[in-house]
Formats: sequence, C-alpha cells, structure tokens
Amino acid sequence: MILVEWLSQPWPWYVSGPLIALVMFGLIMEGKSLGMSANLRTICTMSGAGKFSDFFCFDWKRDRWNLMVLIGAIMGGFIASYFLDANAPVILAQDSINALSDMGFQDAGTAFLPEKIFGLASNSAIVLMISGGFMVGFGARYAGGCTSGHAITGLSHLQWPSLIAVVGFFVGGLIMTHVLFPLIF
Amino acid sequence: MKYLRFLALGVLFGVVLMKSQATSWFRIYEMFQFDSFHMYGIIGSAVAIGLVGVLLIKKMGWKDFDGNAIQYADKNKSVPRYLIGGIVFGLGWALSGACPGPMYVLLGSGFYLLLIVILGAVLGTFVYGLVRDRLPH
Repeated sequence: MILVEWLSQPWPWYVSGPLIALVMFGLIMEGKSLGMSANLRTICTMSGAGKFSDFFCFDWKRDRWNLMVLIGAIMGGFIASYFLDANAPVILAQDSINALSDMGFQDAGTAFLPEKIFGLASNSAIVLMISGGFMVGFGARYAGGCTSGHAITGLSHLQWPSLIAVVGFFVGGLIMTHVLFPLIF
Repeated sequence: MKYLRFLALGVLFGVVLMKSQATSWFRIYEMFQFDSFHMYGIIGSAVAIGLVGVLLIKKMGWKDFDGNAIQYADKNKSVPRYLIGGIVFGLGWALSGACPGPMYVLLGSGFYLLLIVILGAVLGTFVYGLVRDRLPH
C-alpha cells in the first residue's frame, strides 16, 4: 500500500496542473469543453426556470454530458477524502496564518475549511455562504464562464475575452480579501 | 458508454482538485495574499500545457474521438461583460473559497454545508437570467 500512502500526500502544483490540463484535453477529444459553471444554468432549467426567463429555455438534455462530469467530480471528492486523506489540514504559509488569526480565524493551518464560514455556530456563516455562492453564480454567468471555462479553457485557446474575465476574477478576489475581509471579520 | 467516460473525467477532475487542495478556502486566501506559489503553479501549468496542446491540435488538424474536426467557438468581443462579471465572480470566489467545480467536489468530500453555497450559486445564476437584458454586455 505504498502507492496509497504516496498518493495520500498533498499533490504538488506540477502534478495537479498538468492533470487538470489532461481533463481538459479529454473533454476536447470528446468534442466538448471544460466549463463547470454551465451546469448551474442547466440546473436552473431543469428546475423550471424557463418559465421566468428565455435565458433558461434551451434543451438541457444536450448538456447531460456535463452533468456526468459534475457527478464524477462529486465522486472524485468522495474518493479523494475517504481513501486518499484529502481533507487533512492544509499546511498554510505562516504569513497567511498570522493574517487570519488577526481576523479571528483560529483554525488556519489546522483545518481544511474555516469553521468561521463553513460552520453552523453562527447565522453569519450562512449569510456568507449564500452570498459568496450567489456572486459566484451571478458573476460566472454574466462573464460567460468561471475558473475552468475562462482561466483554463479560454486562456488555452488564446481568447482575449477570457483574459479580461480572469483579470476581473483577480480584481474581485483582491478587493474581497484586502478591502472587504477586514470589514467583515 | 460515452457517459461513463465523462463520469471518469469528472472523477479525475474531482480527485485532482481535492488532492491539490485547490478546493480549500485557505488556499484561495493564501493565493490572494500572494503568500504562496501553489495556486499560481496549478493554474499556470494547466494553462501552459493547455496552450501548447491546443496549438498542436490545431496545427495537426486532429479530429475528436467521433471523427469530427475539433472546434472552439470564439468568445464575443466585449469588455464590460467580462470585466464586471469577472469582478463579481472574483468577489464570490474569495468569499466562498469555492468556484463552480470545487463546490461539488467539496460536497462529495463530506462538507455538506457546501449545499448552501451551491444553492446560492444556483440562485445567482437564476437572478442573472432574470436581469440580463438590463445589464451591459
């Protein structure tokens, strides 16, 4: 079981990045392209959102392949956590740990997700999770893609719009982390 | 059969995202603090390999598994749509630490509260559909 032990270490970037590219090429060879946020629109359509906006009037069955990728991703998360110890605490850079403890995050460096956001101890956590998710869903559809569709797939295809979107992702992320976090936490 | 291949690609995607810790809120925070190269390495190496591969595919005129020419629809030229949409996405990405792939992967990992984030994301997508005609694109 040396292999399992070896795979149970966190995977370095130079292993993970190329494997993500491999997934992208796999989908290209299947005649599709990697883009996870499109599934959110599909879920809306399946739930009957077409009654409220034409944006959701499309034949979602054409995108069943992407729902299979989604179900696979859920299974992948299960496999990684239960067999390869993936949800072990994240060893974080000391500067990040210090900055987080200043904001009251006690579990930086000793957990996989912060209790302050992904915990039920306070109602504020639920508000943070809902609003974070809301902006991800709204922004991804507005920009026409997310990290997988724009940053990985779009940039690989030399799409200038994707570069603009990725710059936007980072501007938004930096504003949240450096301007809004000190106000929220 | 074909669906099983998509499922397998999804499994690989999920395992990699989880094992690389790209699904950890802490890693996203660390990235936006510029305290570690890790996330930049993941995205950067995926894009670098992707660029070379896509160039090769185009040069060689490869076909996909079904024998069709490999095509990629160019994205529409526009700035406000990608910039504003991108910024909103980035705000949510840093807050929730989860983009639309990792939120499902985390759910599979046993972090059930991610259902709340997913609910928020579905809601955000729905509201975009309602107001998109009034937004600059």
